[in-house]
Amino acid sequence: MGESLALIALVAVLAWAVVRPRGWPEAVVAVPAAVILIAAGAIGGSSAITEARQLGPVIGFLAAILVLAHLCDDDGLFQACGAWMARTATSHQTGTGARRLLAQVFVIASVTTAVLSLDATVVLLTPVVFATASRLDVRAKPQVYACTHLANSASLLLPVSNLTNLLAFAASGLAFGRFAALMALPWLAVIGTEYAVFTRFFAADLSVRPHPDPDRREKDTGLPVFTLAVLALTLAGFAGASAAGVNPAWAAFAGAAVLAVRALARHRVAPVALIRAADLPFLLFVLGLGIVVKTVVSNGLGTALAPLLPGGTSLPALLATAALAAALANVCNNLPAVLVLLPLAAPSGAGAVLAVLLGVNIGPNLSYTGSLATLLWRRILRRHGSAPDLGEFTRLGLLTVPAGLLVAVLALWVSLHGAGG
Amino acid sequence: MAGNESQGRSVVVWVCEGTWRASVDAGLGLAPAGARFTLLHVTPAEVADAAHGAYLGLFGRGHGAGRDPGARLDDLAAASAGDLLARAADRLGRDCEKLEIHGHAERAVVAASAQADLLVMARDGDRSRLGPKSLGKAARFVVDHAACPVLLVWPEPAPDITTIPPPPQHPAPPSIAD
Repeated sequence: MGESLALIALVAVLAWAVVRPRGWPEAVVAVPAAVILIAAGAIGGSSAITEARQLGPVIGFLAAILVLAHLCDDDGLFQACGAWMARTATSHQTGTGARRLLAQVFVIASVTTAVLSLDATVVLLTPVVFATASRLDVRAKPQVYACTHLANSASLLLPVSNLTNLLAFAASGLAFGRFAALMALPWLAVIGTEYAVFTRFFAADLSVRPHPDPDRREKDTGLPVFTLAVLALTLAGFAGASAAGVNPAWAAFAGAAVLAVRALARHRVAPVALIRAADLPFLLFVLGLGIVVKTVVSNGLGTALAPLLPGGTSLPALLATAALAAALANVCNNLPAVLVLLPLAAPSGAGAVLAVLLGVNIGPNLSYTGSLATLLWRRILRRHGSAPDLGEFTRLGLLTVPAGLLVAVLALWVSLHGAGG
Repeated sequence: MAGNESQGRSVVVWVCEGTWRASVDAGLGLAPAGARFTLLHVTPAEVADAAHGAYLGLFGRGHGAGRDPGARLDDLAAASAGDLLARAADRLGRDCEKLEIHGHAERAVVAASAQADLLVMARDGDRSRLGPKSLGKAARFVVDHAACPVLLVWPEPAPDITTIPPPPQHPAPPSIAD
């Protein structure tokens, strides 16, 4: 009874999160669902509180990163990236500029995702990349697809790159620097694989040479040096705090606070906008979802999945773990997938936890939001007469995801065993 | 199409990023006198859809007015297409109809040129090695399915015929498999 109730609650929470009737927040169903499960006794009150205690700091960390990215955008960081890409893509006459622009988009999107999380790439960088492509008179499609793909697959490097990483980081017991050191090679391997596939897949679109009109030249806005310096110090703070045994979330708070005080003092941002950027309803949603998933796992899904998850960090075990994680992320969504798999993988050590991350971060390039969510999205849009054509997206995903998973797992295995880990 | 004779032939010029100048110039230079021009641009729907899909993947993060990159890309794409069509019309320097379509490029072009007397388009493929790949998927589809004559132009000056590889000197003997 508890099992089916928990599953119904999970499906309802996920379905609401995708459909969001009347634009209501996700938490509207997630929080009551968690309360109902606790009231019905499907999950004990104390284990719900333990779950909330574990999720709290992670969610706070995410809020700080969201605010940090918002302030970087306000200070013109992404506009400066666009101007830099436009300037350098046309200053070299060798090769086609569209291909050069793609290489720059790969660099900027990978670094943005790693440092400011995938949200920044999707929400803040993608429109800038599109505008840059059209200003250069090249096709925007490969450049925009690069942003959406790298938002997922380039979110491996740092704990702050993805909410899934933040959740796993708390469970893995790794230091910030150690996490980054182990994930650096998989991160580079996946980006390289994506680039190799993209240049072939979009060869026709990339053969177009840019012809920017001289009178439409981007005016040079200059680099936001202060913001970049704060970002660099924040990154150093992550590693330093973690090495000193302090939660690196404090470094994120400090970085966000410095930029926020400066922006508020200059009247460039309203306090309300900062609170909105922190996205409190979403934080409540993660809390509710965490408790619902915990209930599903402890009511049978955990014991059902446990035999599928191999123990240890041998190459076949890492491959199987990453593949299972990718499959689960594609069935539902990577957020519930990582919440389900973390407690099962954690006893096998940090290597297994990182393999789960490879799966849940690279996997979503096969089906945007997990197939359940994608199906719902298609149904809604079809009703409005504009069902998205997922053919090209799926073909691209079939080329990049299995190959990316394979090279990433190999690279992780080398990092774990080659580097004396 | 019989009525077209009195009003002049109808010429559709497919305007694409990067290659539109060559198409407009060819249309202007080679179309019959008195032709009525339609400049056609197609914004591929996949681009904004990809951004919107990635945004949905974030669940609730970053929701709020004007935050959906899919919607922002739709706005940017509409502005960019309008701008491109205006510049193409400037270059054409004649009265013309401007047509902006949101959808699948190849199918939209075939449909929009179904009643035309001529469709002008540029090669959209990889022209570093000349051969079948110098036509991309969309151009290949339009060449195969267009219901009107198609004028296919090079985006840059056409390569010299000396770039064609020489015929093989000693053709391999036909294999006698069975």
